[in-house]
Amino acid sequence: VKAPSTFLDKVWREHVIEKVAGDVDLLQIDRLILHELSGSQALRALKQAGRRPDTPRQIVTIIDHLISTRPGRHGIESMSPSGPQMISATREESRAFALPFIDFDDVRQGISHVVATEQGIAFPGCTLVCCDSHTSTVGGIGALAWGIGASEAEHVLATQTILQAKPKALRVRFDGVPGNGVFAKDMILALIGRVGAQAGIGYAVEFAGSAVQSMSLEGRMTLCNMAIEFSCKYGFVPPDDATIDYLHGRPSSPREEDWDRAVEHWRTLRSDDDARFDTELSLDCSDLQPQVTWGTSPQHAMAITDRVPDPAQMADAESRQLAQRALDYIRLAPGTPIAGVPIDAAYIGSCTNARLSDLRAAAAVVAGRKVSPGVQAVCVPGSTPVKRAAEAEGLDRIFREAGFEWRESACGLCASLGDTRFDDLRVISTTNRNFEGRQGAKTRTHLASPATVAASAVAGCIADPRRLA
Amino acid sequence: MEAVTSVQGVAAPLLRINVDTDQMIPTTFLGGTDAKGYGQHLFHGWRFLPDGSDNPDFILNQAPYDHAKVLLADRNFGCGSSRERAVKALREFGFQALIAPSFGEIFYSNCWRNGIVPAMLPIGDVRRIAAAVEASRGQHEVRVDLEKLSIESGTDRFAFEAPAIFRSMLLQGVDEIELTLSRRSSIDSYRTADRMKRPWAYAQGTQG
Repeated sequence: VKAPSTFLDKVWREHVIEKVAGDVDLLQIDRLILHELSGSQALRALKQAGRRPDTPRQIVTIIDHLISTRPGRHGIESMSPSGPQMISATREESRAFALPFIDFDDVRQGISHVVATEQGIAFPGCTLVCCDSHTSTVGGIGALAWGIGASEAEHVLATQTILQAKPKALRVRFDGVPGNGVFAKDMILALIGRVGAQAGIGYAVEFAGSAVQSMSLEGRMTLCNMAIEFSCKYGFVPPDDATIDYLHGRPSSPREEDWDRAVEHWRTLRSDDDARFDTELSLDCSDLQPQVTWGTSPQHAMAITDRVPDPAQMADAESRQLAQRALDYIRLAPGTPIAGVPIDAAYIGSCTNARLSDLRAAAAVVAGRKVSPGVQAVCVPGSTPVKRAAEAEGLDRIFREAGFEWRESACGLCASLGDTRFDDLRVISTTNRNFEGRQGAKTRTHLASPATVAASAVAGCIADPRRLA
Repeated sequence: MEAVTSVQGVAAPLLRINVDTDQMIPTTFLGGTDAKGYGQHLFHGWRFLPDGSDNPDFILNQAPYDHAKVLLADRNFGCGSSRERAVKALREFGFQALIAPSFGEIFYSNCWRNGIVPAMLPIGDVRRIAAAVEASRGQHEVRVDLEKLSIESGTDRFAFEAPAIFRSMLLQGVDEIELTLSRRSSIDSYRTADRMKRPWAYAQGTQG
């Protein structure tokens, strides 16, 4: 009788080529995704070393990080001064190495982690790596996906393998039925707020529980996207029927007999009922409020109905100091009700929350309403197919008529990447990081769900989406 | 790759929790496909005032910490973005060893591949070293020995752990890719068997 195994155990075991030393294994990598910000460095280093990619067909390059989101953009247009050179270099090296390539004007283009699932490039039980910490997003379809550095990417390019220590297993159960106006983003922010930004070091997190089982695949991707925000490099929801439905017929999903064989295999990957996890956590979503961050770490999450915390009332000197530093940066006074804080900008975009269901949730709030005067409201779809699908159902018109900019897909203003338009502004954002300077110099970012961002854009201040629904 | 056996020098205490790689090098300075040119932007938002001049309050602008080789850091140092240029910026500035209770994991992997020893010690020990450094106004040097897996701070000795493979790679300056390519036959036999089991994994990754 085989010992009960977790999804992580099963997928890891399947990819170990050789045990190398200690707890480090040499793992097979099924898919490598490169982009022009860091992939360009890996490609250049590989070329300079006189090497070639080991398995080009299992690699794909996608233009997403530096390319402009301006409608009508051209092929090297970027807000970053070095963007044109990096985009060109990535394009040239990818072509020279005959790597599958999704360029800025390809109908499949978009943010790498959105494209990976949308096109079926990723599949359940695959190992997928990319030079981007939000690669864990792809775990939403049951992939073991994680972010790597450029040197590791060069190693994967040259060998299609990686040296990796097996993480410990964490399971987080979300149970209960979330109320109206509460989404995957609120669930993950609430979790990070509770466990803290460093809770996941050394772990891979499996999301489970009734609220995850009943969640759309896109919601699961949002959960997995933010695993890294509590320092968990890997996050995933093992494949189930909903996963298989989602992947069926995707452009790069297996077909016919291959599909049947693959599905049969994927169904074996779920964690066994009696599998043991190193740590288990659970969170009941029944009474969860929409969440918004008040500080400079995703762990600074709070209910939108609550007041900004007071450092003076915190238990220890360290917490007080950290909270005070965050408040100084974000320029909020302790005790301020977070709902009602005026905003300068509202941003809908990123690998966290710019898929079709996110745009629908935001459009439902702004439909027939106007963005508050003086608020810059920007919508950047997660991929070109998302953009086209949204246009086909008229969402672009709803956003435009409300006063949102409707832009081309890319990573955009999730990080400033040379764009200064949010410098020194207070922004409510569907992205994943509210770090100091993340969206621009002195930019004060408040993380929230698409519905909350939309409601805030209309109200001109941080606003509870349930009041507009 | 650059080899490192031991590092001895000025140690700069920067005991802040959850320092993310965006702080080490903001995205604005990630430009270029070059391997160098990032040290000048290290901790840009903290190190420079809005007019571009040095912020005198920031520790790395103060002698002798402006030529520190060892950084004393707090929990979850290097969390967030995978940007390897954060590590390159630290290395270019002069850091060859970091001592912290824990590191962001992608950052930790990147350190080993860029000539930086990331050593983990409990926070109490890090604070004890920092106190000795501060009491001496930075004159108290700290030694991180990767060969002996030990940290020396005055008469204090602390042992740390390192993944064996990454430690030996850094000690010898081994090229990681060469090392893996030497396992070619084991990779090939794995793939022959795995391809029978998971043929879809070996198909073209992108269609259409």
